[in-house]
Formats: sequence, structure tokens, C-alpha cells
Amino acid sequence: MIRRLVGIVGLGLLASQALAAEPVEIGIGYLGQAGIRSKLSLVEQPAENDGIAGARLAIEDNNTTGRFLNQRFSLEEVRLRDGEDVAKAATALAGRNGFIIADLPADALLKAADALRGSKTVLFNAGSTDERLREQDCRANVIHVAPTRSMLADALAQYLVWKQWKRWLLVVGSHESDKLWADALRRAATRFGAKIVQERVFEDTGGARRTDSGVTLIQRQMPVFTQQAPAYDVLVAADESEVFASYLPYRTWDPRPVAGSAGLVPTSWDAAQDQWGAIQMQNRFFKLNSRRMTARDMQAWTAARMIGEAASRTNSGDPKPVFDFLKSADFSIAAFKGQRLTLRDWNLQLRQPILLVDGRMVVSVSPQEGFLHQYSELDTLGVDRPETKCKLSG
Amino acid sequence: MWRRCLLSGTALWLAAGSPALAYVAYVSNEKSNTVSVIDTDKWAVTNTIKVGQRPRGIEFTRDGKFVLVAVGDDDKIEVIDAATQQVVDSLPSGPDPELFTQDAAGKTLYVANENDNTVTVIDLEKRVRVGDVQVGVEPEGMALSPDGKILINTSETTNMAHFIDTATRQIVANVLVDARPRFAEFKRDSSELWVSSEIGGTVSIIDPAKRVITGKITFNIPGLRREAIQPVGIGITKDGKTAFIALGPANRVAVVDATTHTVTKYLLVGQRVWHMAFTPDEKYLLVTNGVSNDVSVIDVAAQKVIKTIQVGELPWGITFAGP
Repeated sequence: MIRRLVGIVGLGLLASQALAAEPVEIGIGYLGQAGIRSKLSLVEQPAENDGIAGARLAIEDNNTTGRFLNQRFSLEEVRLRDGEDVAKAATALAGRNGFIIADLPADALLKAADALRGSKTVLFNAGSTDERLREQDCRANVIHVAPTRSMLADALAQYLVWKQWKRWLLVVGSHESDKLWADALRRAATRFGAKIVQERVFEDTGGARRTDSGVTLIQRQMPVFTQQAPAYDVLVAADESEVFASYLPYRTWDPRPVAGSAGLVPTSWDAAQDQWGAIQMQNRFFKLNSRRMTARDMQAWTAARMIGEAASRTNSGDPKPVFDFLKSADFSIAAFKGQRLTLRDWNLQLRQPILLVDGRMVVSVSPQEGFLHQYSELDTLGVDRPETKCKLSG
Repeated sequence: MWRRCLLSGTALWLAAGSPALAYVAYVSNEKSNTVSVIDTDKWAVTNTIKVGQRPRGIEFTRDGKFVLVAVGDDDKIEVIDAATQQVVDSLPSGPDPELFTQDAAGKTLYVANENDNTVTVIDLEKRVRVGDVQVGVEPEGMALSPDGKILINTSETTNMAHFIDTATRQIVANVLVDARPRFAEFKRDSSELWVSSEIGGTVSIIDPAKRVITGKITFNIPGLRREAIQPVGIGITKDGKTAFIALGPANRVAVVDATTHTVTKYLLVGQRVWHMAFTPDEKYLLVTNGVSNDVSVIDVAAQKVIKTIQVGELPWGITFAGP
């Protein structure tokens, strides 16, 4: 059967190529870092191709559509090693591609954006959740597909408040990114009427994430660490660095649920998401990559699909009209989240529902019912227009 | 509320005074893995048939003897005998069949297979698969032109209506529509093809001869956010004058003047309204409400919801036997 299908596909391609002129080539670069970020849980350990695997699926999807429009999409991957010049790599990649999907930390992303200033190439931030990239450090040539920390925190806070778990015990890691995540969670608590009854810091004293007798020690440490807390409903952990949060569920001194970086986690995507037609996409992804789809995969998929969508609407592969379309009121993208996703025109951040997941199931999807907004309920998540510090300039 | 519906329903019934012409509707319940049988004389569920996993697309065969239901998670289409109301056979569709359509003679069935970007062609008499057509990403909506020469398939991620020549099984044209096209419906006189875009929030009116979009229906419901308006199912009366469009999580059916393409009214129905079917006499329109697990009955002439019937979990598709 598969062979027959392939035959049919081949015939279709031949037919359409015979009819039409040379297809329009649309090059997309993928700029990421070498190496993987280690997770506490072995099952969450990212694959080598985390992120780009999603872009690859989107390229397939775009090319299926492209067959009917005489457009052909390709993907060029560049991985930066430690100390490699990101500006140079971005410039080289931009020489061959009108679009670059970037999975980079904030500083590197800004260097790439500034190196490409004046060129036609558009950057898609599919990795960094840093607020400042959408605020004081926003750039006119960067579209943000990844959600921000404030969007993630607000999504979680809305649900916890709906659940009447309003007293939070906040435990923060000792790294910079943990502190930024905690800032977003504090802001969310204030916005939606939760109360942080106490904050604790979990110092990273170093050490291995994987040891042979790990559980015994953790089982002694975590109850002690969480004892003598004031009365609270939920422990909210801010641990982007993957040092302690996943050790907390079932080990807190008081029997309380955990949320934030472990337990109930806000995310742009999860392998368990099967609503709104997502099952088709999950199946396609699995077939192509022989593994399940992560948030980073989804962010890269969405970025590449946004390019494909705009290319089909404008019937062009030229970054200028494609970028103009993406910034226009006509743009929206379907990404299996139950509603259209659009761009915030003040900082080019993609509006999106946020999933709340427990590692096995999608527990809920925010915005929660009843959190209203005069323009879009998706703008109840994250920094809104009146609060923004972003000033986009050409 | 229930009681009021009941009362007003009865009142209308009495007022109409017409002899009871009972029809039987079949409703697929996506989550229950069942098909509910509704008697329009009693306006009640008279039987619940166990079917395969994730039943969605559902349609009577042209001879009225069988009901076909796509059970996507079992990768097949089951055949229900309308006389015994039991599953008697199945058809070999491709993987994950969702919606399908059949030719006027009832000999050929065209199935959208969401998982592998194909439309499968099935010989209904021999009950075998006779071919495939490669289409865009996530094929969904299916419609045949009234003369049977052109098959329309919509692909949800490619965002196109594909025009397929049924004789050669080749795509002859593609029309780009708004995001996530779900359903396609021809006017009986072939003058227009309507395609609903769930995420785009519009219904495109396409000239089937020129194969271009000539108009778009948009929806504006005060107090409702734009994202919640998600058109799916479309029903157009035989005279081509009035259309009904299910708006998904907007929980409403739009009544559209099908000549001017303007919305004249919004009817409040159940939650996440999906698909619909007219009774053969076109007096009533039944719509499935996915989240509230019921079917709303709309009086077509009065343009009013007169009744709600509880069915299985997550009702999706609905069909009546032809007149």
C-alpha cells in the first residue's frame, strides 16, 4: 500500500511540474546551539533534534501545500558551538535564506537580530521566553513564536485561582533564569489575586542530576526543605534550571499539589495534546521523527508554518511581502489550539492559548473562562499593550 | 428551561396540525462510540447502536437501506442496516476516515483520510477500495457537484478546496480559502460552492465554474470574542434561498440569506455546534451540539429552536434518509 501511495505522489509531482514553471524556492534557516539542556527526569530528556524536528514536519506540510502553488520549501540547519560568533553565523545563513528560525538564548538572539538589521531576512524566536526580548530589547525584525514567561505564569495563575488555590508557597531556584520565572509568577499572583504566603530559595549546590542511589537522599531532603511553611494551598516552584522542582511532587511536608516547573506545568505544547485536530499532527510528527512532540518542536513547527501560510497567501517567497502579511491584520494561523493565533502588533509576539499539563495529560487550557479582555482573551496572558516597554522601529 | 422547550415544542406541534410524518435521524457520538437513533415523531432517542471507535462522518446510502459511519480510530467505515439498526459490515477506507460523500447513483464513495493526505475512492457495490487521490494536509470536507463531475475536498492545514475530476481522479484546480476549511456544500443548482473555515471564521462563496472566491460570509455576534466564532457545518435549503451555518463554540447557528449572503439571524443552540441535517420535508433542521451532548431542533420556516434532545457523548454528525 505504501508503495502504491508513493507512486501516486510521484505522478502528482511530475504532472504539476510539467504544467508549471520552475517552483519558487523558499529557504528557511534554523539557528540553534549545539548540545542539549539536561532535565531532571530521564523521560523528559530532550532529543538531539528537539525543535528542528518540528520545523522539518512543517516543511513537509508546507511542501504538500506548495505542490499546488508551485512553491518549494527547504530547511538549512546551523548549530553553534561554544564561543562561535552568532552574528557571523546568522549573516551567513541569511545570505541563503529569507527566514531564520532561531532557538537561542536572549543575548545571542539579539546579536543575530542586530547583525541582520537592514537585511530582508526575518528572524523567528522559537526558543527564548525572555520578557525583555518583547519589551525594552524588542527588535523590529524578530517575530516571537515562543510564549513569554509572563504568558506562562498568567496561564497557570488563572487556573490556580479558578481552582481556589490562592495561597502559594513559592520556591525559587538560585539561577538567573529561575529568578526571572519567579518574577513572572509573582506578577501573575498579584494580577489574578493569589497570595504568596512565603518564598524560599533552593540553592543549587552543584552535583549530578543522575546518581545510582538518588531517590533515598531526595526523599529525606524534600520533606525537610518544605516543612514549617505557613498554611498554603499549592507549592509553586520556579526552577528553569532543572535542579529541584521535579523532586517536589509527593515529597512536600504538607500534602499539597505542586505547580510551576513541576507538577502542573504551563507550556505551549505537550505530547498529550489531542484536542482540536491535534491528533493528526501528533501522528504526522511521530511518523516522521519516531518520537513524541515537545513544546520546542511545536514552536519551530508554528514558525515554519507561519512562513508557509504567509507565502501561500501572498503567493510569494520574498521575505518582504511575507513579513508584511504576517504583520497585517489579515494574518492568523491555525495551530491545533482551538482558536486562531495572531500577532501582537506592538511587539510581534504570537498570541496563543497555553496548555497546563502534568506530564501525562492536558489538565486544562488557559485563558480560563471568565477572564475577559476588550480585544482578545488571549491578551489576558502576558504583558498587554498598555504596559509594554517595546517601541518597534524599522 | 427544558420544560419550556418541551411546552413550546408541543404547542407548535399542535398548531401545525399536520399529520405526523416520522423520520429517523442517526447521530454519531464521537466519545461514546455509539450512534443515537432519533424518531422525529416522538422527538426522542429510540435506540443507541454500539459502533467502532470515534464515530464522526455519518450518511445514509442513497437507497436508504444502510447508514455509513466513519469510525476513525478503527480506520474503517461501518455499515448499519437501517432495518435492523445493527452494524452488519464495514468498508475498507484509508487510515482515520472522517467525512465522506457518495455519488448520485450510490455506487461510489469518496472518503477523506485525515492521517495520510489522501481521498480514498470506494466501490460501494463491491465494497472495495478502488483508488486514492493525493490532496493537501489533513483532508476533511467532501462534496460532489450536483452533476457528479467534480469532487471537492478541503484540506485543513493546506487551507484549500481541491477540485477533483471524478472521471480522471486528478486535481484540476485548487482554491485557497481561510484557515482550517472543514465543510463544503454545493447549492442544488450548482451556482455556488460554500466552504466553511473554522479558524479563519468565515464561509467562502466560490463560483464552481470559474473556481474563484466571489464572496465571503463573516459573522459578528455582539459580546462574543472573534476567536469563538468557528463556522463548521452548512445546510442550504433546496431552493437555494436560505442557509444555516453552525458556528462551533459560539453556540449559535447563523441563518443566512443565501442570495445576498448576509446573516439575518443567530439562533442560540447547544455548546460547540458541529453538523446538521434537514428532515426530508425540510420542515426541521437538526444540529449536533458537541459539548452539551444534545441535538437542537430548528423549525426552518419559523427560524426558531423548538426542542433539545439529549443524545450520547460529544455528538458530531447527523443524517436522515433521503425523501
